[in-house]
Amino acid sequence: MTHEMLGAEYDVVVVGGGTAGLAAAAELRRRDVGRVLVLEREEEAGGIPRHCAHPPFGVREYGRLMTGPSYARLNVARALASGAEIRTGVTAVALKPDGLIALATPHGLAEVRGRRVLLCLGAREMPRSARLIGGSRPRGVINTGALQSAVNLKHIKPFEAPLILGTELVSLSAILTCRHAGIRPVAMIEPAAKPIARWPLTLFPRIAGVPLYLGASLHAIEGESRVRRAVVRLADGHVRYFDCDGILLTGGFTPESAVLRLSNLAIDPGTGGPVTDSFGRCSDASYFAAGNLLRPVETSGWCWREGKRMAALIAEELASGLPDTARMVTVTSANPVRYAVPQRVLAGDSAGTALQLRVSRHCTGTLSASQGGHVLVSRRGDFRPERRILLQLPPGLAASTPIEIALS
Amino acid sequence: MGGARVLLIEKGPDILSGASKANSAILHTGFDAPPESLELACIQAGHAEYLEIAPRLNLPLLETGALLVAWTESDLDKLDEIVAQAHANGVGDVVRLSAEDIRRREPGLAPTLLGGVSVPREYLIDPWSAPLAYVQQAMAHGTAVLRGAAVTGGAFDGRVWHIETTQGAVSARYMLNCAGLYGDRVEELMLGDASFNIRPRKGQFVVFDKAASRLLNAILLPVPSERTKGIVITRTVFGNLLVGPTAEEQEDRVHADVDTATLEMLVAAAVARIPALGTMPVTALYAGLRPATEQKYYRIRHEPARNWVTVGGIRSTGLSAALGLAQHVFNLWEGGAGLVPPAAVSWPPVPNLSDYAPRDWQADDHGEIVCHCEMVTRREIEASFQSALPPGDFGGLKRRTRACMGRCQGFYCSARLAELTGDRGIGPFGEGLTRDA
Repeated sequence: MTHEMLGAEYDVVVVGGGTAGLAAAAELRRRDVGRVLVLEREEEAGGIPRHCAHPPFGVREYGRLMTGPSYARLNVARALASGAEIRTGVTAVALKPDGLIALATPHGLAEVRGRRVLLCLGAREMPRSARLIGGSRPRGVINTGALQSAVNLKHIKPFEAPLILGTELVSLSAILTCRHAGIRPVAMIEPAAKPIARWPLTLFPRIAGVPLYLGASLHAIEGESRVRRAVVRLADGHVRYFDCDGILLTGGFTPESAVLRLSNLAIDPGTGGPVTDSFGRCSDASYFAAGNLLRPVETSGWCWREGKRMAALIAEELASGLPDTARMVTVTSANPVRYAVPQRVLAGDSAGTALQLRVSRHCTGTLSASQGGHVLVSRRGDFRPERRILLQLPPGLAASTPIEIALS
Repeated sequence: MGGARVLLIEKGPDILSGASKANSAILHTGFDAPPESLELACIQAGHAEYLEIAPRLNLPLLETGALLVAWTESDLDKLDEIVAQAHANGVGDVVRLSAEDIRRREPGLAPTLLGGVSVPREYLIDPWSAPLAYVQQAMAHGTAVLRGAAVTGGAFDGRVWHIETTQGAVSARYMLNCAGLYGDRVEELMLGDASFNIRPRKGQFVVFDKAASRLLNAILLPVPSERTKGIVITRTVFGNLLVGPTAEEQEDRVHADVDTATLEMLVAAAVARIPALGTMPVTALYAGLRPATEQKYYRIRHEPARNWVTVGGIRSTGLSAALGLAQHVFNLWEGGAGLVPPAAVSWPPVPNLSDYAPRDWQADDHGEIVCHCEMVTRREIEASFQSALPPGDFGGLKRRTRACMGRCQGFYCSARLAELTGDRGIGPFGEGLTRDA
């Protein structure tokens, strides 16, 4: 076992060569941060867009309509052109104090140190196990991520006629992939009463000829060595059987935060990602986080801009220092507010902070942020799950009193 | 190792296709086994032999010990009896612990516990590598393995058994029936009558992610009932935390389904015992069928006149007792009288899959990490194809390497795995579908 040190100390090590990480690397270099290294565990950098072989990507970032793979390639090319290094096939296995990262490389163990580290590990869809779906456990129950990498990167068709669970944006992306590969989904089901993605995208399954069942849940999976049929409980309580040879579990994203958990960085149970402050810093302030690791889940465009914004903050930290972490106040949220990001905001700030929220179910009411019983901001509205909700906190927050987010 | 020429016939596509693929992976001491039973003797012989041979076969051993914890007054009342029983069973190191003792050892447990019992020599092992190591050692001494071969009939001619299988006919002087969930059916088929009836008992399990393993040190046992050892919470050698099994009677010998309500109950039961599990993600689900019978005892049938032994009704404790059962059967056959043991015994090691010992990804030049959750390397996957008993199906590949067994269940690696398994028909997407899309 060798413990190679990858180069001397880097100014910034970016862990994760997806959209957020690559955008951050290019921006760090543009702001004259000296040595920037991007680590990617896959054989190629680019992240999830690599296997989303369809538009729309890149409209706001690059002013043109691109497919996922060309968008991923452009992000890689920009990072390289900026002077950032990219190492692929390298996995971060432990995040230690002072920006020291333990790595597994194809050649053996190694370590690398960054004066600051930016974590951009992304998110993945929850598998069948984490959803506690009943039935037998045959092959052919997969996520969109596995479908798209099989079809678009390896030219392998995992099934012919799957049932699709979910109506998030990624679910529509899954239908596109199926069409491209000649896979004919038998139906699409959604446990909520309304589709999660926005109209007019929700017309898409119908246009694609896939029947959509709302208020329908996957009760059990049947099949021996592979999926034979799905047992679905429809909105009216009836059980319907769908003959299919696969189950495609779409959406239900969760941040890929295992290495943070194992390394004792604080995790927010609401997001499943790290607890961060308004400057992107984790509970160990040498670690920053950006992109879908922060929360499930945003578009590539959002992650790209977030990577860029965190890069600017890290550049500022290295040049002149960010405000002391002791000046942060905690943000807490109560059901049906699923989470609020960031979880710690600066007290006495002159600018004010935008909180990003999600609700766990569809509800109408007043969303408010209060501190010590004093309402800071409130707003009435109709709030849907998996939709981005922004709440602007006013400047000059009091120190040391937690901020409570509620919806009533 | 006795020198016999052995043929192992397996109905499934791989070894461990039936009851043996799903258990709690504990090496038991027999502290709570039926007194003076064959089961107790086999567990204790098996425990001792495992400790002796494990290092030579590169099998892992995690010396966690077990804590049997009382959560109610009526549980607490049974503890002295449990200690007395353990001592009567020859497990002399079992002792009572106070609630404070347990809280000190296990700070992650809910403070409502009332007391308990320590069983120091209950350990954790790898439930799939151990049987694989046994069969590979047998193969190194000439044993042949015929997979995908169901027994369809046969007869004893007074000297030799003529056995028909779906893979053709074979003959042997002795026949040993270890058909698990089909033990009674094989007796009926070959002897004309069955000495017991299999009553499948399903057990469902939930596996929590690796970070959860830091919340518990010992194996956490409940106070058992007459029928079942109850729901156990334990780490695994793979670095996860496991909760299960349930005990559900069913007729079906094939399907071991999970159901959402029971899984939620298991998660809730685990969170009640270890509150911090409430924020831990679930990694995997599984269920297995125990070959229970109408009695709780092991069902051993010895027919000396027909050169026949059945090892049946191993409803639980089979992993612990396996080596002891083997010694018992060998003795029934007069210690293999007339056979010539091999001059030298070979000990082919199995690859280590335990997180508590160095894994291949930590070694140099492993090629590539294919499965990122379980840190499975390309070299490990290729080695499994080249091994003496390569995987017979995707489950076999998972059990030999841990690929796709982790928290993402194939989100990241199943496409790459499908590519690496190629046309072997054992990839994550099944047979006949791995063609150009």
